Amino acid sequence: MTTAVEIVDLEKAFDPSGLVGELRRVVGRPTTPVAALRRVTLHVARGEIYGVVGSNGSGKSTLARIVATLLTPDAGRARVFGHDVERKSAEIRRMLNRVSVDASFFKKLSPLENLVFSARLYDLPPSTAEPRVREILQRLGISGAPLNRPVEQMSRGMQQKVAVARAFLTAPVLLVLDEPTTGLDPASKRDVQAFIQEVRDSHDATVLLMSHDMDEIARLCDRMAVLDDGRIVAQGTPASLAAPGETLEDAFIRLTGHALGDTTNRRTERAEPAGVGETRP
Amino acid sequence: MIAVRREWRASYAFVELNYRALKRYWGWELVWLVFAIVNALTVAYIAPGGREVAGEAFATDRLVLFLVIGTVVWAYLQQVFDSVGFMIAWQRWEGTIESTFMAPARRLAMVAGTSAFAIAYAFVRALLVLGVVSLFFDLDLLQANWLTALAVICVGSVGFLGLAVMVAALPLLFLERGEQMVMISLAMLLLVSGVFYPIEVLPDWLEAVGRLSPATYVLEGMRAAVLDGASIGDVAELFPPLVVIAAVVLPLGVVVFRTAERYALRSGRLKRHG
Repeated sequence: MTTAVEIVDLEKAFDPSGLVGELRRVVGRPTTPVAALRRVTLHVARGEIYGVVGSNGSGKSTLARIVATLLTPDAGRARVFGHDVERKSAEIRRMLNRVSVDASFFKKLSPLENLVFSARLYDLPPSTAEPRVREILQRLGISGAPLNRPVEQMSRGMQQKVAVARAFLTAPVLLVLDEPTTGLDPASKRDVQAFIQEVRDSHDATVLLMSHDMDEIARLCDRMAVLDDGRIVAQGTPASLAAPGETLEDAFIRLTGHALGDTTNRRTERAEPAGVGETRP
Repeated sequence: MIAVRREWRASYAFVELNYRALKRYWGWELVWLVFAIVNALTVAYIAPGGREVAGEAFATDRLVLFLVIGTVVWAYLQQVFDSVGFMIAWQRWEGTIESTFMAPARRLAMVAGTSAFAIAYAFVRALLVLGVVSLFFDLDLLQANWLTALAVICVGSVGFLGLAVMVAALPLLFLERGEQMVMISLAMLLLVSGVFYPIEVLPDWLEAVGRLSPATYVLEGMRAAVLDGASIGDVAELFPPLVVIAAVVLPLGVVVFRTAERYALRSGRLKRHG
């Protein structure tokens, strides 16, 4: 089976001073870098929907940014279809798209104008892009006048749908979805989730889905990893990570030592990774 | 061939984006145009004002035209810096910087498209400023050699773009102060380039710095063309420094921008801010 995403011993830390490398050594104040990813290793097979679940600040977005070529790793390896994210970013960018938790647009421009701009960057002429934009947005429940109104006049949920459409527009072979349904109402969430499945099935796309929505992970993902404080603490199918009678959320608490979304005292309270069936001290 | 077509389309995307943004933000654009016109008028009135204060007769009309040329070229340069210098700051403000940088288009396409729009828009805007200001003064433009003026501004614009691309990297490096640093860079150009006075009045060291600014040569060429009707041959000595500055500054600007981008990718500074 082809490996779509290969992450091996990946590390990333951020310095509070904002300085890196020699510059930090020469002019930086003595600050301690904050580790965002610690020796993360995972493999995503082609055509798979792979979920990464973790609380806020666990490192999900950092991982998504590295795979999307928006951040350079400090150590380790990250490859997309065999291309290194740092050295072959141009090749990767041609086959990848991403939805981030912030639906970011040129706010005064309409969804159509924003998406046509995006399409041109991906070498799609408007004559091809516009019908596809209309089709995808209609599929997600947006059509008619809102297509030509400034994005700033749309609700947060509608903007997020447009962001999803922007990512799907370019028919990427790898989709990095960083909490794509955050802020959506339940019906919209189901629309987007159904669309993700449909795209995977019909376009042979691989999906790397970052989420803290356990239901979403259980519903969509073939396999998943639990990321906590920058470390992968468990990987497997959603069914295999949960012990009999346990929900995924229970499994998350067992594996990380805290509830999803509870980031207080995580570092001091978090015990070593525990597998299914293992008991925590 | 496919790669060229791809980059051409990507470049055009930035032209179209800027044009659409201009239409949507037309109110603001009108405000800034009025601001530029008022600025130009204010500066131009220094000439008759100076005559009143000094109480001496001097060539007021020539000084008015001298200052008007300065304000019009300055309005042009300012607009180029606004469009190119703030291209990163704008995308960061909108939150689109990550989606734009993640696209497969080369950064050169972004710079080329934004620059093409900037030059065209700045040119039209500068003409509007000149047109309105000329209504307030009895400007003698009959002897002006517009072909020379056009040649000088065209060659000089390449250097302007290089500087603008260079300072566009600042918001990539300095999240909170990058935009202000772009404005400071522009203010420094204003000081040393002889926008409102000949650079010979500056201290020697500042005059030497001014000789490194493309705006200095553009202003000298424009004034020679409009005030004295100089032909291209008459101002031929201005072209070598303009070409050398352009040949150095534009590639340097692209290198600085690329380096800043790599630094931003390492330090995580592409992330949305504000």
